[in-house]
Amino acid sequence: MAVTTDSYAASARSFALPKIRTRHVIMVLYLAFMLIPIYWLIKMSLQTNREIMGGFTLWPQNPTLDNFRTILTDRSWYIGYINSITYVVMNTVLSLAVALPAAYAFSRYRFLGDKHLFFWLLTNRMAPPAVFALPFFQLYSSVGLFDTHIAVALAHTLFNVPLAVWILEGFMRGVPKEIDETAYIDGYSFPRFFVKIFMPLIASGIGVAAFFCFMFSWVELLLSRTLTAVNAQPIASIMTRTVGASGIDWGVLAAAGVLTIVPGALVIYFVRNYIAKGFALGRV
Amino acid sequence: MDKIQNNKAWFLVLPVLVLVAFSAVIPLMTVVNYSVQDTFGNNVFFWEGLTWFQDVLTSRQVHSALGRQLMFSGIILAIQIPLGILIALCMPKRGVWASVCLVLMALPLLIPWNVVGTIWQILGRTDIGALGYTLNSLGINWNYSRNPVHAWIIVVTMDVWHWTSLVALLAYAGLQSIPQAYYQAAKIDQASRWKVFRYIELPKMQGVLLIAILLRFMDSFMIYTEPFVVTGGGPGTATSFLSIDLVKMALGQFDLGPAAAFSIMYFLVILLVSWVFYTVMTNLDKAEGR
Repeated sequence: MAVTTDSYAASARSFALPKIRTRHVIMVLYLAFMLIPIYWLIKMSLQTNREIMGGFTLWPQNPTLDNFRTILTDRSWYIGYINSITYVVMNTVLSLAVALPAAYAFSRYRFLGDKHLFFWLLTNRMAPPAVFALPFFQLYSSVGLFDTHIAVALAHTLFNVPLAVWILEGFMRGVPKEIDETAYIDGYSFPRFFVKIFMPLIASGIGVAAFFCFMFSWVELLLSRTLTAVNAQPIASIMTRTVGASGIDWGVLAAAGVLTIVPGALVIYFVRNYIAKGFALGRV
Repeated sequence: MDKIQNNKAWFLVLPVLVLVAFSAVIPLMTVVNYSVQDTFGNNVFFWEGLTWFQDVLTSRQVHSALGRQLMFSGIILAIQIPLGILIALCMPKRGVWASVCLVLMALPLLIPWNVVGTIWQILGRTDIGALGYTLNSLGINWNYSRNPVHAWIIVVTMDVWHWTSLVALLAYAGLQSIPQAYYQAAKIDQASRWKVFRYIELPKMQGVLLIAILLRFMDSFMIYTEPFVVTGGGPGTATSFLSIDLVKMALGQFDLGPAAAFSIMYFLVILLVSWVFYTVMTNLDKAEGR
């Protein structure tokens, strides 16, 4: 009997162990696949251009911060980060400000044409930016907004407002309607109820929506490049400058790339506990 | 949830409507306007009717770009959806490691798209890139700027790197919502791992997976920056997808009419497919009583 239990335990173990191992192996491989390209960028940012072109190395032989120094001391470089962050923040605030009441309306009320309106909003998320590049350029030029931060912020609302409405609506559905009703009975006016009671309840949803607005505005290039020339030029289009007469300065290019990852990494860290639910647009 | 009928809710939607009307309807009407007219400059326009639409519909260039686009979207969906599910199943369920995995996986999603392109452009080079160098020293004559197959491999790998985490995170969120009792019941029934996946996990993930497919389809169908940076649409036209062709036409050659007609049809294709997904999704929501 003892033998059979042992062999049973052994077979159970041999069945259980590889399963755990495969899971871990797959996960480690996947994370390696995620991180190697990023590592390669960081590695190159710590090398001089001569060292990069000099030969193939797996890690920097003489790590140097010169590339970062070049970017952070040259105004024409670092202004790109300031421009990008300016329009991204403007866009996030603007998108959330208009999306919050709209999402509330969609999650609580039925009204004339609500379903069509919701889908029409979503269609704007589906619109290829390439379709809008030229008309945007003409529209913003004609109203004198070309090459301003607000132009890019407004252009990015095209896909961020629908997304924010979609996410917030998902989170708001989860809040029982009785809370609204109780608040009205207690004599709260709508704006006071919305700000004092409702918004704290969906704080995580607002955080996630802000994260997404930040993310999609930060990574977008086609529209932000088309709508700017000098004054509001995003870092992404300044990066193309590294292509000079003497070829490409890979070190500086890599350093600029590394610096564009930093804001995103910081933002992820703050919302890490809500990421999963956020990516499901609050619909889990 | 029962919703109250209240047309005053329109006032809450009004700000969104005004904003989106400014940033979507006006530009879209410009596009429609161009699509039926021709100009020789100086803002003088002639009515052209549906000529441009006929041109685009019969253009071989557009047809082949559409073919490449469909193939690209098909390939990346076929890779990313199963891989994303697999990764979600392998992720730690809770604890520090779950957070670490989440943060690391989400990193590629927050890198500006041209930087993503730059990263892979560098990686694929045989002199200074890890991938190109390795392949070359394995004896493969790797050259993604000459060989169309290699160009496709690098563009697809890049997209898998860039976006699989989105699918994985969505699937993971779906898995997290499954109550422990379901698994216990399955254990009592001695259900196999496959059956647990097929009858518990997959149905519970259905909703989020549809969102994943919808988002991945939409975004892959309008991909522009990344392949443009890596291959510039080449070699030849091997990796010029619809957006690359369109931007070339509209901003490069300034062929407003054909570009506008192209835009409208491009948008309509995306709209049609997305509408199908969306309808399925809302019906699912209803079926679950939400």
